[in-house]
Amino acid sequence: MRLIRVLAVGPLDRGLLEALGDGVFRELGAGWEVSPSSLDPGFALDPIRQQYHSTEILARLHALPDEAAWRLLGVTGLDLFIPILTFVFGEAQLSNRCALVSTARLRQEFYGLPPDPERLRERLLKETIHELGHTLGLTHCSDYDCVMAASHGVEWIDLKGSSFCPGCRERVLEVNAGPTTAPAAPLLRG
Amino acid sequence: MADKGKLLIVDDELVVRDSLGKWFIEDGFEIGLAESASEALTKLAEGDWEVALVDIKMPGIDGIELQRRLQQIDPDLKVIIMTGYASVDTAVQALKNGAYDYVTKPFDPDEISHVVHNALTQRRTSQEVSRLREAVSASVQPREFIGQSAAVRKVIENIDVVGPTDTTVLITGESGTGKELVARLIHAASRRRYHPMVVIHCGALNDTLLESELFGHERGAFTGAQHRRKGKFEIAEGGTVFLDEIGDISLKTQTDLLRVLQEHEISRVGGNLPIKVDFRCVAATHKDLEAMIETGQFRLDLYYRLNVFHIKVPPLRERREDIPLLADHFVRKFSLAMNKRIQRVTPAAMAILQQQEWRGNVRELENAVERAMVVAREPELVEEDFPLRPPRPSSEPRTVEEVERAHILRVLEECGANQTRAAEVLDIDRVTLHNKLKKYGWTKKTSES
Ligand SMILES: [Zn+2]
Ligand SMILES: [Zn+2]
Repeated sequence: MRLIRVLAVGPLDRGLLEALGDGVFRELGAGWEVSPSSLDPGFALDPIRQQYHSTEILARLHALPDEAAWRLLGVTGLDLFIPILTFVFGEAQLSNRCALVSTARLRQEFYGLPPDPERLRERLLKETIHELGHTLGLTHCSDYDCVMAASHGVEWIDLKGSSFCPGCRERVLEVNAGPTTAPAAPLLRG
Repeated sequence: MADKGKLLIVDDELVVRDSLGKWFIEDGFEIGLAESASEALTKLAEGDWEVALVDIKMPGIDGIELQRRLQQIDPDLKVIIMTGYASVDTAVQALKNGAYDYVTKPFDPDEISHVVHNALTQRRTSQEVSRLREAVSASVQPREFIGQSAAVRKVIENIDVVGPTDTTVLITGESGTGKELVARLIHAASRRRYHPMVVIHCGALNDTLLESELFGHERGAFTGAQHRRKGKFEIAEGGTVFLDEIGDISLKTQTDLLRVLQEHEISRVGGNLPIKVDFRCVAATHKDLEAMIETGQFRLDLYYRLNVFHIKVPPLRERREDIPLLADHFVRKFSLAMNKRIQRVTPAAMAILQQQEWRGNVRELENAVERAMVVAREPELVEEDFPLRPPRPSSEPRTVEEVERAHILRVLEECGANQTRAAEVLDIDRVTLHNKLKKYGWTKKTSES
């Protein structure tokens, strides 16, 4: 079976990671294995912005040898950015192996609201499937309910569903008909 | 995907090109990357781009100059300037030069996404509009004010006089008389004709929306204002602003407008940066502004500002002799549009059209012809095709002249529009008939086409 290896990037509640397995399996038909080790992202910290450069973390994930894993997903509690944007919820290698998501801005606390663990789990599930969708070559979908709909604010994440629309699902099935190991495509310059 | 947007990213920093490019690829865009102005110009020469994100600061040709050159090549290209906080003033300059918008680095993901998508939509809409406009103008008459009456000749003379100047014009007249057409002709006769004429229907909007429509707004200026937006005065840069239904605006907006007309400077709602704007103002109303001044509903000083040159468009009932020309024009227009072979309005039907009151003026006549064309059987529009009001009772004891006209037109129709035969039946000579027909506004074109 295809395997998605999950790696904590920096300190993170592993219970939250374990809770995503079923939802991801439902959409992608792949196994979910949370790695006991974690990655220290200190190298990607921008001292002025006090945020972590997600593209650099992705490149580091990509360099990790893991023959068994079909996809490698990093999850972090730290706030991510790419240089031209104020922040990103996550980043993925399009049609490639690695993806990264952050819980920092998915927490209600970030917006001055009381914690809501259930909502956090929902948001993280959507973002996880969304970024993994990009690794399958999917781009943003115009169906607002589809998990591949662009969502650049939590309001938009809450609005959309956690499933692929029929069009995107078809693309997922096409990819799933292919190899169960990591794609051999060269790393896209991030 | 055929509807993939084509986005050109121009920045000398590799990390900006790469991260933005990748980000927009995920959004489904086709991406072009250029590290300098000259590379961008090459890319534009090689293919079509719909939106360009251009860094303001680049070695060699900078973003402002590049924007100018890009738009010389493709005026429809939507250029968005990327700037740091320090260069915002320069970016505002770029807006005046016709840039679509500017964004300050680093971008809020939601904002940059919206700006780029809106630019793309606008580009596609304006291309669609100009495509349709070309298709329409190819099939329909060039825009002109149709009529040969003294009243129309006066209007046309006025347009010829004031058009090429930069004078503010106030157009008055009843609804449906063609005030907007007069404004367009003024714009077309001016040195501003290659710049836009922006129309604002003042009556259709509430105060807040009208202000934002006119002056633009900054993000968060009011509930629902999620993004910065340029107002019509900014969009009209170099062109004409046509304020329709000027009698419908509130006293507050009148005050704001007066200041814009005096200073040629606007401030966006929620912003404090004054922006110089270059435009010519043409206003129109069907209301009696002087009466509104008496009752305190309209500012006298604004009235003076607007009423520098006055054009009054006559109601249709004061130029009935133009009705055959207009009706003919609409028959041709709708024949093409509906693909029907209607040649003309029969003389009897035309006589009735000429007797109508036409409270809705030319627009009502146009609608009447259009409806008649729908039900008509080729090749003529007859009386029954027009769902007209019965003639007013007051017009019932008709004058000798009206009776004569109706009789002559009826005979002419019976004779198949053959004037020689009609003259025989009427027992008058052909020259007399010809003169009478001319007096009734009966044109050769009507009888022979
Ligand atoms: Zn995405
Ligand atoms: Zn979809």
